[in-house]
Amino acid sequence: MTSKTSPMRDWIFFVVFAIAVLTMPIWLAPIGAGYPDLLQKFMIYGLFATGFNLLFGLTGYLSFGHAAFLGVGSYSAVWTFKLLGMNPVPAAIVAVITSGIFALLIGYVSLRRSGIYFSILTLAFAQMSYNLAYSVLTPITNGETGLRVLRTDPRLFDSSNAVDGPLIANLFGIEMTGYAGFYFCAIVLLIAFFIAQRIFRSPFGIMLRAVKTNQNRMNYTGLNPRPYTLAAFVISGMYAGLAGALLCITDPLAGAERMQWTASGEVVLMTILGGAGTLLGPIFGAALIKYFENIFSAFNDQTLHEIFGFLPDFIEVPVVSVTSLFVGEGWHLTLGVLFMLIVIFLPGGLMEGFSRIGRLFKRSSGKSESRGAAAPAD
Amino acid sequence: MSLIRKPLNRRSILRAGAMGGAALATPTIFTSGAWSAGYLNEPTGAEVVLGFNVPQTGAYADEGADELRAYQLAVKHLNGEGDGGLLNTFSSKELQGGVNGKKVAYVTGDTQTKSDAARASAKRMIEKDGAVMITGGSSSGVAIAVQSLCQEAGVIFMAGLTHSNDTTGKDKRKNGFRHFFNTEMSGAALAPVLKNNYGTDRKAYHLTADYTWGWSQEESIKKYTEGMGWETTAAVRTPLGAGDFSQYITPVLNSGADVLVLNHYGKDMVNSLTQAVQFGLRDKQVNGKDFVIIVPLYSRLMAQGAGENVKGIFGSTNWHWSLQDEGSKAFVKSFGQEYGFPPSQAAHTCYVQALLYADAAQRAGTFDPCAIAAALEGFEFDGMGNGPTLYRADDHQCFKDVLVVKGKENPTSQFDLLEVVEVTPRSQVEYPADMLGGELGTCNNGA
Repeated sequence: MTSKTSPMRDWIFFVVFAIAVLTMPIWLAPIGAGYPDLLQKFMIYGLFATGFNLLFGLTGYLSFGHAAFLGVGSYSAVWTFKLLGMNPVPAAIVAVITSGIFALLIGYVSLRRSGIYFSILTLAFAQMSYNLAYSVLTPITNGETGLRVLRTDPRLFDSSNAVDGPLIANLFGIEMTGYAGFYFCAIVLLIAFFIAQRIFRSPFGIMLRAVKTNQNRMNYTGLNPRPYTLAAFVISGMYAGLAGALLCITDPLAGAERMQWTASGEVVLMTILGGAGTLLGPIFGAALIKYFENIFSAFNDQTLHEIFGFLPDFIEVPVVSVTSLFVGEGWHLTLGVLFMLIVIFLPGGLMEGFSRIGRLFKRSSGKSESRGAAAPAD
Repeated sequence: MSLIRKPLNRRSILRAGAMGGAALATPTIFTSGAWSAGYLNEPTGAEVVLGFNVPQTGAYADEGADELRAYQLAVKHLNGEGDGGLLNTFSSKELQGGVNGKKVAYVTGDTQTKSDAARASAKRMIEKDGAVMITGGSSSGVAIAVQSLCQEAGVIFMAGLTHSNDTTGKDKRKNGFRHFFNTEMSGAALAPVLKNNYGTDRKAYHLTADYTWGWSQEESIKKYTEGMGWETTAAVRTPLGAGDFSQYITPVLNSGADVLVLNHYGKDMVNSLTQAVQFGLRDKQVNGKDFVIIVPLYSRLMAQGAGENVKGIFGSTNWHWSLQDEGSKAFVKSFGQEYGFPPSQAAHTCYVQALLYADAAQRAGTFDPCAIAAALEGFEFDGMGNGPTLYRADDHQCFKDVLVVKGKENPTSQFDLLEVVEVTPRSQVEYPADMLGGELGTCNNGA
């Protein structure tokens, strides 16, 4: 570890992070990302990736089935809405508990193997859950249509005036849409981030890193790694479940496609893109992917002509026709190219890029200490 | 946890700081300008923004691409460019270049045929781009999800290609409108044709896509075929996008059924029909009758995908480019000039929806969703290619003639795959508004 850590530095880091998150609507507005839905997605997928990173980044176990926990969290949250009422707090708690139990079951079986076998096992479980949700358990999940809250649902603890109100989660009267929803997600993310930071610094976190570094050596010293990895797996599953619940809190609908393998792959991409094993990396990765998905996919020829309008026509037309391949429906292509570039040139993800830039500045100012201001995590 | 072990002074200050920051940041949301207008996204400049939310990737991408072409053509015509298309034949003559004096602009999004992605994309259009109306969709699941989102947000939703009864039945919303027909109408229109061609003594076997549209269509077709004396042997649900249907088709042969009803759409229909034909189902004789296949919802794009196999197979459709009324001819002409091939039924319904919305806004003199909803409710119009049409006020469903089509035996071009067997008059497919259940609720303008 090249960076120094101390409790004081962690606190400063956390406060800076908290301020950055809470002021997002202001500083993300110029790049077109300062609208509530996307900000909510940044928070939620940031949380999802942070949880995934607790498993992958620390223990090195690559789970290809994390979307299953996201889906389980979503369905539990919507069922809590349907049965108990539209308050987000019980929904989040129930989602964390059910996804934790689910993760315990899957983890208990999958963690008997490591490496590629573990990945395939988790993938198989996730696909099973997806197919169950999609076509077998349709009375519980409502299949392809997605599970929604209906007016006819019992919603036991909702007051009588809330029964006629809109079917939106509300925290004691504050509707969880728009910016209120964003701040709710942001506060949940900050709490989760704080816990993740504590885990990174704790003896438990060090044990997890030991699993990643050399499991044999750990065995020889008489330590059984399984309880540690299982604990990490369950915590990670709970994070995913909480993220799933937040998706439903900001938008009360749970669909089976959340559990599809593409969703599991997405969180792996987010984590690797941002930098596995770092605290901030997965959040950056999640934000980058969601930004691409929402902003780049919305570019069409009309917008491109506006952007390149300053060019003379004979240059503008070819430029637009080439760039249009990479935006709109081609946003996956841009993402793929970016992913390749990052994996080839920055194996440590975006965080490695930041710390390299940070080091450049340090060197030019005559200090030998290498410590990226944004990356004290590893 | 470390929280308990350590002294609290410094930490409590920091924590208070973080919470104070959150508290300071929160009130800005209540003072932002978006909520001070009379209704959500009231256009203040020279432009009004519409949101076109269509599948650009995934199983329905072909339909989505055609829908987007139609929307772009509609915007052109609304802004007074091009040849005007259906505006020339439309019975309402209010629109004269622009809507309420504003130029029509649009934003596009990819639904990926997933409810989640579709809602995220619609939210972006509403929250970021300031769209006053969302339209599109090529799956009933997505349409229903986006419709309820638009209701909660307070904008108008003009449904694109969605055929499930639920869209304007049990999931109907005050802010949502559908021009496309539904499975109830398909059943009512198909039944007499099937009776004339195949008689009243038949045993039907259903293969059904396992989601809202499949369920709805299975129910409607069962209702009407059983009503004329057919028996339903079995109804098997298949997962959406299964790709291989052989395991579902083999049991059909041993079931004693002599009719196979494919409640599939898009690529699923192409695959299941092709496999059923390859398995030799259509060459079989069961109960002394020729085995037949029925595809209740047809589209030209699907017929193109299934090729030879569609010959002689009956189905229903909302509109077909070979219709010879003035409206259809005008639309096929201007679409063909723009893109070089005839439009699909998805393109037609989306184009018409865009025009109907603009016309309602013009007649209402505002973009307020509630005023527009009032202008659309009970609106009678003609010249859009389907004959005289009514937007029923009770469930926001359009009522018009339904086409029963058959795969052409001798196609003359790659687009000429279906022939219209019968135009079922509107009176024959009408049903009481309360038959399908659901509540419209009250109009929401987002203010």
